[in-house]
Amino acid sequence: MRRVLLLAALLLPAAAPPAQACSQSQTTTTARKTATTAPRKSLPRPVYHAADAPTNAPVAYVGGMKPVMDQGRYFHGILDQLEGRYAPGGTDFRWDGEAWYGGDYNRLWLKSEGTLEHGRLHDGDHELLYSRAVSPYWNVQAGVRADIDDGPTRTWGALGVQGLALYQFEFQATAYVSDRGRFASRIEGSYDFLLTNRLILQPQAEFNLYTKSDPARQVGAGLSDVDAGLRLRYEVWRKFAPYVAVSYAGYLTQARRIVHDQQGESGALRLTFGVRSWF
Amino acid sequence: MLIPSRNRGGLSRRRFVTGLGAGGLMAALPRPLQAHTPAAGQVPPTARARWDLRVGRTRIEIDRKVLHAPCIGEDVPGPILRWRQGDTVSINVTNTLADEDTSIHWHGLRLPAAMDGVPGLSFAGIPPGETFTYRFPVTQSGTYWYHSHSGMQEAQGLYGAIVIDPPVPDPQPCARDYVILLSEWSDVSPMDMLSNLKMQDDYYVFRQRTLASLPREAREAGSTLAALKDRLAWSRMRMAATDIADVTGVIYTYLLNGHAPDMNWNALFSPGERVRLRFINGASMTFFDIRIPGLEMLVVAADGNAVEPVPVDEFRIGVAETYDVIVQPREARAYTIFAQSEDRTGYARGTLAPQPGMSGPIPPMDPRPVRTMVDMGMDDMKPGESMNGMAMPEHGHDMSASHSHSHLMPHHEGGTMDGMDMTGHAPQHPMGGMQPTTPQQTPHRHDTPTPRHEEGAMAGMDMADMQPAGHGHAMPMSEHRVDEPVHHQPAGRMHRPGAMDHDAPAPGTMPVLEVDDPGPPPLNVENQNIARMPTDRLGSPGDGLEHNGRRVLNYRQLRATRPGSDPRPPTREIIMHLTGNMERYIWGFNGRKFSESGPIRLRRNERVRFTLINDTMMEHPIHLHGMWSELENGQGAYRPYKHTLISQPGSKLSYLVTADAPGLWAYHCHLMLHMETGMFRTVIVE
Repeated sequence: MRRVLLLAALLLPAAAPPAQACSQSQTTTTARKTATTAPRKSLPRPVYHAADAPTNAPVAYVGGMKPVMDQGRYFHGILDQLEGRYAPGGTDFRWDGEAWYGGDYNRLWLKSEGTLEHGRLHDGDHELLYSRAVSPYWNVQAGVRADIDDGPTRTWGALGVQGLALYQFEFQATAYVSDRGRFASRIEGSYDFLLTNRLILQPQAEFNLYTKSDPARQVGAGLSDVDAGLRLRYEVWRKFAPYVAVSYAGYLTQARRIVHDQQGESGALRLTFGVRSWF
Repeated sequence: MLIPSRNRGGLSRRRFVTGLGAGGLMAALPRPLQAHTPAAGQVPPTARARWDLRVGRTRIEIDRKVLHAPCIGEDVPGPILRWRQGDTVSINVTNTLADEDTSIHWHGLRLPAAMDGVPGLSFAGIPPGETFTYRFPVTQSGTYWYHSHSGMQEAQGLYGAIVIDPPVPDPQPCARDYVILLSEWSDVSPMDMLSNLKMQDDYYVFRQRTLASLPREAREAGSTLAALKDRLAWSRMRMAATDIADVTGVIYTYLLNGHAPDMNWNALFSPGERVRLRFINGASMTFFDIRIPGLEMLVVAADGNAVEPVPVDEFRIGVAETYDVIVQPREARAYTIFAQSEDRTGYARGTLAPQPGMSGPIPPMDPRPVRTMVDMGMDDMKPGESMNGMAMPEHGHDMSASHSHSHLMPHHEGGTMDGMDMTGHAPQHPMGGMQPTTPQQTPHRHDTPTPRHEEGAMAGMDMADMQPAGHGHAMPMSEHRVDEPVHHQPAGRMHRPGAMDHDAPAPGTMPVLEVDDPGPPPLNVENQNIARMPTDRLGSPGDGLEHNGRRVLNYRQLRATRPGSDPRPPTREIIMHLTGNMERYIWGFNGRKFSESGPIRLRRNERVRFTLINDTMMEHPIHLHGMWSELENGQGAYRPYKHTLISQPGSKLSYLVTADAPGLWAYHCHLMLHMETGMFRTVIVE
């Protein structure tokens, strides 16, 4: 490694003169200054433009005041789902939301979801993620997930992407690895169809996949469960939107058999009422 | 965090105003509590050189929106300051705010940097309880304005008008003289607006394309399929064609001299009199389209500087611009001054009347504009279509070569240098040879051939012409990062039979123009679009105003009444891309926000050309403090001097600057939330 660097250091001076000459002929003051102050390194030489100057020549702002505060941090939280899923035998309550704090690039995310079913908490899934903006529409997120509810607790490491796909699909895909060496994955997507500017139809779906079954948590290998909804919300104002929906929560493939063996309900389509809100 | 006014989101501005019934009745009702001086809009009778201004917060209610507004003299807008050119003015600004700094920036004024009033650049701001004395000689005349540059006080009420008398009698004498200061009023704090926009970029937009609007779009587009295709195209880009303004009439009440539309600000005239109206856009986020139905407006000054009079029916005023117009109403009736916001979610309104209290009919608002591919800098192309797919009739070269070449080719066939477009307006027809159908791209639009050469070197001109169009936009990314100016590049790139040899400028010409081109901006977290084919839109009045049947002012019509004071050609061209990511609500230049970029350094007395390429799909009013921006709009030596220039979406324009004012200066988009999220640079004149 060191040898490579040395080689680069030897080669670079030879390669540098033409570039140097060019930057001098450009004679932006920045260019000249940086050429003299910054010794050549083995890093790719940054491009100096008057309009695109690097920040390494700091400006002496009066009183250290920056004229613009473009590094503000923000805090928002949204409950996409806060709903009652009606059934004759008893209504389930479900929440699904997230909150974040941070600036344009780095944010701390908290995601949480869960279902209260016959007095028992199911599908409790809580994640604490560091999120980094990497492209116009995408963020990479990494952190931990804890399945905390009335079932046995599981913890996972998480790595995923979150963002806006083509055609303005909201999309999240996360891979998880558990402390027991198992793998899992979750894919979520939603889309807003504007019927009017305030009446919005939103199909939404979440799929969970696992490499190994975990009967204690009603998890089967492969595609394990799905939670989907078609929600029609009315944005009374942006941050408060009651909705009606049909929702479906169900187990698939192996998980379906597991749940069936446990005399559980393997899937149900429910009439749902809820509120989407954020701050 | 829910603020009551957001409930009002349910009412569109128009419904709300209509709900009040006839505006004329409202005028007779007592005005709400706030203490508006009866003389709002009246230019003080005489100029003064000494002023005392007190900045404080005052509870003001307008249109049922209560705000403890930072303002001067307990009023919004602040007093009109009338000065005289040649005087040295001295203004004591006292900060009586409880716990925040303040500042006053004199917008458009040429003054020592220390008096410019930008905290951090000019001075340290004015802390609570302290007084700062601004003192500077006034070297110019016309209509200007002042506003705070601290926090976001400007957005809430800390602004006012400046009228400066010329030393010589006014060449356009008028019997009456009024200031028309347009602005917005909202009880949502600008910080909350910003926070909401960071979470949801269309938070305040309730005019989007929906299922309900599909039938109408289908009619306009010719078929449902065409309408759906257009929607898909925008959706694919993850943008909205209906994104006209970030903050809208949903929360704003638009003010004219501090008066809501129903308060009907009045100005008096006697029939036959010439009335000067000094329009100032003191809004923080809103462009206005202004007309006075029934009256022709004679535009006589732009940004304080006299221009050859242009008769118009309507004009657009960008944030921070000023226009003086003269009207001559001949009938003894009420004329409505109608200033609708660009996105048509509301309007400011006043009345010119022979007697106080009259009101004229209020016209309906025009349809809201819809962005097109021109705004994306993609001309007629569909978004997914690549340039490689376009046929090149004359040559089969690769795109980069033919791109720059096709621009020059038609001129060269003429055989003379005069046939070439030498003004350095690359924007005019970057694809001129390829896109003959585009209305704005006629090969020879300059009616004034002589001034073309005044700007200097042919080599320099060619650089300006070819570099951005050919080199800047058609090359693969790797080649953009080249450091050298274009004239050092291998001849193979630019050299073509018949084209000028750039390495050997013709004898006797001026020094070579250095082109500082960062290349197209990267598509990154802070930038979501590249205008691949930015066009010259100086001849366009702007989105929503084309082909509306009225004579609408455009930038090409602005012609100064006297030639510019600095005839030198530029020795450097700085190309700036205006970029942004609306989804994340980040704005900047060249894909970087303020905090990620160093300053722009100019040499003292350097003559420099700024070229703006707008890669976003919104207008940006770009303002350089302390120095004039001489717009290269084809008027040659008579180019207009401006302090704020609208860069239209997908467009390219250029202007000249003489860096004769040493110090640190602000350079930014005057849309406050764009500035605050990064569309700002420090300019250092050394």
